[in-house]
Amino acid sequence: MRIACPFCGPRGSEEYTYLGDATVRRPEGDAPSEAWFAYVYLRDNPAGRHRELWYHGAGCRSWLVVERDMRSHDILSVAPARDMALARGRAA
Amino acid sequence: MSAPAMILPRQAVATSAAGPAPAQPFRLAAGGLVDRTATLDFTFDGRRYTGHPGDTLASALLANGVRLVGRSFKYHRPRGILSSGPEEPNALVELRSGARREPNTRATMAELFAGLEARSQNRWPSLRFDLMGVNQLVAPILAAGFYYKTFMWPAAFWETVYEPLIRRAAGLGRAAGEPDPDHYEKATLHCDVLVTGAGPAGLMAALAAARAGARVVLCEEDVRLGGRLLAERRTLDGLPAPDWLRGVEAELRAMPDCRILTRTTVFGAFDGACGAVERVSDHLATPPEFQPRQRLWRIVAGRQVLAAGSIERPLVFGGNDRPGIMLAGAVRSYLNRFGVAAGRRAVVFTNNDDAACTVADLAAAGVAVAALVDMRREVSPEIRRIAEAAGASLLTDAAVTRVRGRTALRGVEVTDGAGRRHALDCDLLAMSGGWSPSLHLASHHGGKAAWNEARATFLPPEQLPPGMAVAGAANGDLLLAECLAAGARAGAAAAQATGFRPAPPATPSVDGESTASAPFWWVRGGRGKAFVDFQNDVGVEDVALANREGFRSVEHLKRYTTLGMATDQGKTSNANGVALLAELSGRTIAGTGTTTFRPPYTPVAIGALAGHHRGKAFRPVRRTPTHDWAAEQGAVFVEAGPWLRAQYFPRPGESDWLETVTREARTVREAVGLCDVTTLGKIDIQGPDAATFLERVYINTWKALPVGRARYGVMLREDGMVMDDGTTARLAEDRFVMTTTTVNAVRVSQHLEFCHQWLWPELDVQMISVTEQWAQIAVAGPRSRAVLERVVDAPFDIGNDAFPHMACAALTVCGGIKARLFRLSFSGEMAYEIAVPARFGDALARRLMEAGAPFGITPYGTEALGVLRIEKGHVAGNELTGQTTAADLGLGRMMSRKKDFIGRAMAQRPGLTDPARPVLVGLRPVDRAARLRGGAHLLPRGAESTAAHDQGYLTSVAFSPALGHWIGLGLLVRGRERMGEIVRAHDPVRGGDLEVEVVPPVFVDPEGARLHV
Ligand SMILES: [Zn+2]
Repeated sequence: MRIACPFCGPRGSEEYTYLGDATVRRPEGDAPSEAWFAYVYLRDNPAGRHRELWYHGAGCRSWLVVERDMRSHDILSVAPARDMALARGRAA
Repeated sequence: MSAPAMILPRQAVATSAAGPAPAQPFRLAAGGLVDRTATLDFTFDGRRYTGHPGDTLASALLANGVRLVGRSFKYHRPRGILSSGPEEPNALVELRSGARREPNTRATMAELFAGLEARSQNRWPSLRFDLMGVNQLVAPILAAGFYYKTFMWPAAFWETVYEPLIRRAAGLGRAAGEPDPDHYEKATLHCDVLVTGAGPAGLMAALAAARAGARVVLCEEDVRLGGRLLAERRTLDGLPAPDWLRGVEAELRAMPDCRILTRTTVFGAFDGACGAVERVSDHLATPPEFQPRQRLWRIVAGRQVLAAGSIERPLVFGGNDRPGIMLAGAVRSYLNRFGVAAGRRAVVFTNNDDAACTVADLAAAGVAVAALVDMRREVSPEIRRIAEAAGASLLTDAAVTRVRGRTALRGVEVTDGAGRRHALDCDLLAMSGGWSPSLHLASHHGGKAAWNEARATFLPPEQLPPGMAVAGAANGDLLLAECLAAGARAGAAAAQATGFRPAPPATPSVDGESTASAPFWWVRGGRGKAFVDFQNDVGVEDVALANREGFRSVEHLKRYTTLGMATDQGKTSNANGVALLAELSGRTIAGTGTTTFRPPYTPVAIGALAGHHRGKAFRPVRRTPTHDWAAEQGAVFVEAGPWLRAQYFPRPGESDWLETVTREARTVREAVGLCDVTTLGKIDIQGPDAATFLERVYINTWKALPVGRARYGVMLREDGMVMDDGTTARLAEDRFVMTTTTVNAVRVSQHLEFCHQWLWPELDVQMISVTEQWAQIAVAGPRSRAVLERVVDAPFDIGNDAFPHMACAALTVCGGIKARLFRLSFSGEMAYEIAVPARFGDALARRLMEAGAPFGITPYGTEALGVLRIEKGHVAGNELTGQTTAADLGLGRMMSRKKDFIGRAMAQRPGLTDPARPVLVGLRPVDRAARLRGGAHLLPRGAESTAAHDQGYLTSVAFSPALGHWIGLGLLVRGRERMGEIVRAHDPVRGGDLEVEVVPPVFVDPEGARLHV
């Protein structure tokens, strides 16, 4: 699989480290334990589009949000996680 | 018409001084693409033969009249060469000898070279007199599911009886059993258009794309370009095929952006890239200097054209596995490409028009053709004309119903539609059940091959791997004109899709042809076992049995009968097996479906996949800046994470490692020692929000830490378990340098980036690993200050008042070298860590040894480091297991209640705050002379030694020089409430069971007085 890093260009997946679901949001510190449990452990496994966090460890050290079709491994978009996180913060 | 005999008469030709090798009695007098001006010696099962450059082992064996080349997998039936290509199921041989011995090599793919040694496999004691052939007599019990039914019980029989028996009786070749002496390498190619297969379709695709300006990679698994054109007597644009091919190859080679890889098999279509293996030196006895044996390519292509051709299907009839029964297309290949007649008198047996070419080609080469046996009731006038011209009797609505000969074919009996039997003498039976597309790579992304009723074949799936098009015979186009046109179209389309403007491609004109075929698969009522899968000895009755027993899904059929398994993966058997199962189970072939093709297309050597990553190069070795110095000191090294670290420094007269380590640890407690701690991860963290950031990743507080001071920190994972620990020093208001454990250096760095980039992007902070930029050496012991005073430049004061425990500073050493000094202690003694730019690490170690000599300084390694920290109850990797909380390790009070940090919420879970959790304790043997063993389980006294009574285990043990006996750290249920209790350290693995006393984990200087002197 190849992922197009916005900073480094298309690179083989062995340059990256997979973390997982980019759709979960870290709860506030005083959130109920159920919210924390969901954040740490509960994950969807959609047959289709999914957003995931990948780390370009052998490249620019960026965390990336990769939108991927779980059925075909087609990569639909790649964006710097920090940009998305900042946009999320502005939206909130 | 009878053609003049063109087969060379037998004659003895001396080819070397060692004695005469037999001539090649089945080599035609002329023709073929072999170089007759040179002769190559080779051996098969120890007998000497000759061949020519351009031969494969298979063609050379046939030229020499060698028919019997192996024994079958299960029944040990004699087998010959079936095909002329990668699909070969029978002719698997061992090549070479010694460390280069290579089993299961297809004789049809092995290029002949001078001195080639080949041996048959799977026979004992010899190929011709194989005792295991008695398996044929017990064939009924070796039927489908035999393994599952027979070797089920008792389980203990598996290792002692069944497995050795099966290995002896049913093994394929023997592995070398020695390290492979050759090199393998990996490389990556990028191109616009990848073309797989250089037959007529692939060549036209490559031409069309390359002419448009696209960067083209053309992969061909054969040594020559041309595919089936090499095997046929065809005319293109008025030129004989070899001449036309020369022109095309010359044009492609002249184009700078077209790269041709021959001897290269594209074995898999993966996500985003194809895998290919180039057999760089397989055609040589040994690889040339500086050349690999094979090269693994990763090919990243914008578009790809799969033009892998097709594979001929055998017909299924009794005795269809006798040596001398071959695929009709292979017979033509041996005639036309290699100038070899596979027999002297042939019968051709077919369900299609294409096999008539074999009749014509055999006749043209002077081989007698006794009959053309066609399963169809009607054949075209053209077929009749070909048979007549060849002097072959034409038998229609007919089939081979009996085969004569055991290790070589002697004749066949044919039954025609009227029930008449015809006995025909022959030593060659050329059979053809039609051609199946080589669509394997088209299915590698999960698309299922689809049955096409009109063409009576499986075709590539609609859902192809992204960017792939299939052209030519691989797509079911069997006519040469179709292949050429489809290839040109596919190549142009691929070029267009990658941004080029191809001209409409012209395709060469060709001579007339017909590939009409009728779907006949199986001859009922013949004599003898009728094989569907030659390699796995799966016959019609095995498929029938599977069907009766309910294994009607093709996937179940495959597993139950092994049809389509092993090295050939059913290349010649798949379609016949599916057709047979469909018929037996009363379904259509489309409804029965086919198994999934998965990579690799053909077997790939593990060596090619490993490349250079073997032995010492399995992974990079990281050496510390003081490595050479430590080696000079006689250090024994140990792997620590990715690093090599000095483990201990034995001195003359020391009898074992324990004596050395005890001396090193004692010297640190009593005088001074030095230890390279460079491998600890170092992360430089800067920015106005650096302290805030640390507050969030560590459990303890950082904002109040003064500049010039360091602090021990613990970080958790978000699930509440301890992730890592280390000290972090504040170099400036907005600058910290964090240390991590050696093994977690990369992980922590990645975690910090995650926290910053994803969780808290608003924090103004940056971080980078500086592990390799700084060499860091610990100087520990009561005389450490005295040593450092001789190294640190004046006027810097490192006295206890000016530079107390946990102080840090930037300064210079050894006359102007910039350095960082930290007063940190892992050993519990007064100690410092001194960091200099990595290039000065070696010099610093030598300078410290010099300065410390008057104080008896010793270098110490990771073992003594471990002893010292166990004496102090400091946790390390053995305790940071990923299953321990801060509270478990006695660090719970560090957790701040005033802030949020990673892991805080989940650390409050009931399961993680349960008072019955195992917690860190010290343990010492009641019998002080006894030795503790790490990993021993802790059990209450008097309790049965069962898992139910397990209360924890010893995580770390050491012989304490300070106390004079063994000590340990362990995790024990409710340990802190059990001080003074005697428990058992039970070690079922090494057979130990001794009483230990629960004590506090800090064995030496619990007040920490020695730190502050
Ligand atoms: Zn990158």
